Amino acid sequence: MRFLRWFLGLVIVVAVVYLNFRMELSPMMRAINLLIPSCFMCLWRIYKGPTPADRIVALDIIGILIIGFCGILSIFSNRVFYIEIAIAWALQSFIATIALAKFLEGKDFDD
Amino acid sequence: MTEIIAYTLMGIGILFDFIGCLGLIRLPDLYNRLHASIKCVTFGTCGIMLGVFVKHGFSDIGIKALVCALFLLLTAPVSAHAISRAAHLAGVKPWEKTVCDHYEKDK
Repeated sequence: MRFLRWFLGLVIVVAVVYLNFRMELSPMMRAINLLIPSCFMCLWRIYKGPTPADRIVALDIIGILIIGFCGILSIFSNRVFYIEIAIAWALQSFIATIALAKFLEGKDFDD
Repeated sequence: MTEIIAYTLMGIGILFDFIGCLGLIRLPDLYNRLHASIKCVTFGTCGIMLGVFVKHGFSDIGIKALVCALFLLLTAPVSAHAISRAAHLAGVKPWEKTVCDHYEKDK
């Protein structure tokens, strides 16, 4: 059973990477098609995570992946406002992570 | 030449993001998952931002991308340390095959 789950995951990952480089796509879609399964992996960890700390980690990584999306869009479209969205999202994600960690610890913000 | 370097950095960054998220669903423990998934930040997204900087040079897009990469490099270890310390204080147990836990011993 354990080997079966491991093998199924390996098949899914190899199929995603192979189809991504086999099909006729633009380079931007090839870049984004590798980040969208990463977002689904984080959503799976948010749904399944045994402790609240796992969900906080996955939420942090989803914010980081959104910053990566903004960087890829600004590489391929030469617009400046995607980078501004990325900076704002980085600030917001950092504050949210610190606040959730303090909430998990169960103390006030000033000690 | 600069475009080749920029696209190589972007590809390495996307690969690190993908492998980090794979570790996020594969590894057995909160602390192992945190260790794998912070690699998404320090080379994944910072690699993409350095790719933006190399492609656009010292224009407004490049400077803002460099500022964003520097900010990510400064804040990612802080947030990771805060999450792991809070989880240890909240009572999340390590994996049963963990070798040593010095923070538990010092308390």
